[in-house]
Amino acid sequence: MEEVKNEKNAFVRSVAEQKYEFGFTTDVETDIIDKGLNEDVVRLISSKKNEPEWLLAFRLKAFNHWKTMKQPNWAHVNLPEIDYQAISYYADPLAKKPANKELDPELEKTFDKLGIPLEERLVLGGVAVDAIMDSVSVKTTFKEKLAEKGVIFCSIGEAVQEHPDLVRQYLGSVVPYADNFFAALNSAVFSDGSFVYIPKGVRCPMELSSYFRINARNTGQFERTLIVAEDDTYVSYLEGCTAPMRDENQLHAAIVEIIVKDNAEVKYSTVQNWYPGDENGKGGVFNLVTKRGDLRGVNSKLSWTQVETGSAITWKYPSCILRGDNSQAEFYSVAVTNHYQQADTGTKMIHMGKNTKSTIISKGISAGRSQNSYRGLVRATANADNARNYSSCDSLLLGDKCGAHTFPYMDIHNDSAIIEHEATTSKISEAQLFYCNQRGIPTEQAVGLIVNGYAKEVLNKLPMEFAVEAQKLLSVSLEGTVG
Amino acid sequence: MNSEKQYIDLFEANREVISAHSTAVMNALREKAFEDFKRQGFPTRKTEKYKYTDISKLFEPDYGLNLQRLPMPINPYEVFSCDVPRLSTANHFVVNDALLYPTTPNKQLPEGVVITSICDYAAKNPDFIARYYGKLAKTEDDAVTALNTMLAQDGLLVYVPRGVKLENTIQVINILHTQVDLMVNRRVLIVVEPLAEVKFLFCDHTFDDQRFLATQVIEAFVDDNAKLDLYCMEETHEKNVRVSNVYIEQQANSRVNHNVITLHNGVTRNNVLLSFRGEDAECNLSGCVIADKKQHVDNNTVIDHAVPNCHSHELYKYVLDDEAVGAFAGLVLVRKDAQHTDSEMRNQNICATKKAHMFTQPMLEIYADDVKCSHGSTVGQLNSEALFYMRQRGVSEKEAKLLLEFAFINEVIDQMHLEPLRERLHHLVEKRFRGEFDRCEGCRKVQ
Repeated sequence: MEEVKNEKNAFVRSVAEQKYEFGFTTDVETDIIDKGLNEDVVRLISSKKNEPEWLLAFRLKAFNHWKTMKQPNWAHVNLPEIDYQAISYYADPLAKKPANKELDPELEKTFDKLGIPLEERLVLGGVAVDAIMDSVSVKTTFKEKLAEKGVIFCSIGEAVQEHPDLVRQYLGSVVPYADNFFAALNSAVFSDGSFVYIPKGVRCPMELSSYFRINARNTGQFERTLIVAEDDTYVSYLEGCTAPMRDENQLHAAIVEIIVKDNAEVKYSTVQNWYPGDENGKGGVFNLVTKRGDLRGVNSKLSWTQVETGSAITWKYPSCILRGDNSQAEFYSVAVTNHYQQADTGTKMIHMGKNTKSTIISKGISAGRSQNSYRGLVRATANADNARNYSSCDSLLLGDKCGAHTFPYMDIHNDSAIIEHEATTSKISEAQLFYCNQRGIPTEQAVGLIVNGYAKEVLNKLPMEFAVEAQKLLSVSLEGTVG
Repeated sequence: MNSEKQYIDLFEANREVISAHSTAVMNALREKAFEDFKRQGFPTRKTEKYKYTDISKLFEPDYGLNLQRLPMPINPYEVFSCDVPRLSTANHFVVNDALLYPTTPNKQLPEGVVITSICDYAAKNPDFIARYYGKLAKTEDDAVTALNTMLAQDGLLVYVPRGVKLENTIQVINILHTQVDLMVNRRVLIVVEPLAEVKFLFCDHTFDDQRFLATQVIEAFVDDNAKLDLYCMEETHEKNVRVSNVYIEQQANSRVNHNVITLHNGVTRNNVLLSFRGEDAECNLSGCVIADKKQHVDNNTVIDHAVPNCHSHELYKYVLDDEAVGAFAGLVLVRKDAQHTDSEMRNQNICATKKAHMFTQPMLEIYADDVKCSHGSTVGQLNSEALFYMRQRGVSEKEAKLLLEFAFINEVIDQMHLEPLRERLHHLVEKRFRGEFDRCEGCRKVQ
């Protein structure tokens, strides 16, 4: 017990000295294209990636549609009008690598520093990593080992080259390019992300993960991830992200598409720790993401787990379309906001098949002057007989200048659906704090303890390695909120 | 912008006529309301607050307006027998949008209490009306309020002075009656001074089989330690459109009960905006909807906790049959310094058929940390075990269903503080579920 306490103290101390520990930059020569967005830029990105004609056509269609759209303003965040011409849409840190090496040592060092070893021998657990910096996948580990089972795990750029038919079949089939403003933007200029294909009957032998890193200045990251789980498969996929500390806001607009077929199960976990800006609200990443899973198969299952601690603005609604009969979906979320962070996050559960079930557990924690909103939709269509949903959204307020909001939508078009939603908002109870103090636990630690307990329901759903990281993150993000 | 155009043209062409049949205090707000209306236009389904009811479309048909304020030949006491047994009420009739017999002095009223038409009172006390009229119903925030303010020519005023406790319930019977399709713009102003108490029952009826569109703006000022009970019941027909905006402002230590019951209607949109301006105040908002055929009922509430230590409770229940559409959106807003707010919101719904749709949106927006707020919402069916239990004991399936639906709705009715009215409503609701009567028994139309 004593040991644990000491370790905690040491951790808190180290955090007090360095608020955002991933805020360094890597000095690596990067090939950045000129700022601005027009048809030529879209063509340039496509040609740099040596893409086939159909993909360029897809990008151009998306770009032309994007031009007709307006930046949405319905979310409960104060999103400034972004100057899309002031951003560079492609940055390649690999372009100028030393001739005799596979990887620039600087890059390797960076990922080491982030705790993501790219050397396979250094990895203890069975986690395969796709490491992405700016617009390019730096390295994907364990590719060969996975290939033995028929699992494809590589960057989407590589997949376009090597498995064009698969990509063409599924790309944009869950999130069409016209879905929303940021999805259209991403479809026009997307760069690397991961591609996962699990062939029929295979249980993926290890956890797959991607690590996203923004490094270059004045760039945006537009990753695109596509996961296809064929019949009778299982895969667990983790995603982590960080960015350097900068005064200006950086844009991250991603799309994640997941296709789940008969009897397949996909678990998707995110620990989002983009740079949140400083304590005065300066800088930070705008995290504007469209994530959606299509549960096409019968008895399919998809589970989203997210721990959101970073980003100046989060705009993210990982959703599930429960098309297959008996499909099940889950959404577990912890969103922490501090200082001037703003988060508008939640999920959509669209019940279309018969006997579908979904569960939503969302825990919001707001501190400082931040605004934290849950926004969710549960829809049961006319054919979704016996749809069942349970949602629970709790908010915890730490401080009197922050806000916690809940905006649930329920659209029910079926008489056999059972939909339940409940939400509570409160602050940490004085009694709990007093109880901890009485037993010699200082208030700051007690808050950490209570918050971790509060979020446990969600943290328990994360794979082990991530759960530890997430717990640490929770304490870091709330540093300095007490007193 | 097509729906708006006819109202803009109408106002521009009839400015003088409208003003001539009204009073200076009401006319004073007309031009601003007109500008606000022109600027906003009607909300469409793209407007977040109105996404479940297309207001623009409801205002499209060409309704007639009685701008000359011609009296309607009707003797309500002959055509409507509207009494609730054992409930002593003072009846007041509003035919279309004019208070009937406004000048008849009501001897039963305690001294100082005023129930009259806004125009009449404004003739002698323009300052009093000016102090309250349009102060809560801001024309810049809502297009229907703007339209109502721009077209309304008269309304009902109820003033309860300091310390007066009205024992009798004031029953206001809104009757829609014409030979052509008609639009009416009703206006109600309620002023309850400190320590005063008053109860209202508003009943909405249609007398003719015409298309009616009624906009209604109720402004209620509830002062320190005052009490207001405001019960509204709608018993109209399927060609009726009702858009009601109720604004309530509560001062310290006041109590408000507001209950909206929709039994028969066409399309109804009820907005309630309640704001706490003084501490330790409490409100109960509740509503129930029993809808079938193609009825459409949309309740939208906003409770604004602007000051600390206030309590709000909200309960809305819907039973939807056939192709009925129900919508509920409730927002509890807790402002920055409104500490120790205690707020609870519940919305429970039953969809009885595949074609019945329910949309629900219980929202919390909280900017203070020491608060207790919760909301819950469910959409489901009758408990199959309870049904089975009753059938086991020889209750027919139909009867068992009725019993359960009845019990479900009764929770809302039981929130009412008038026992005779509760009984009457229990009875009415039961009849409604049985489909035995097409309209309320006590209030039925005598042909």
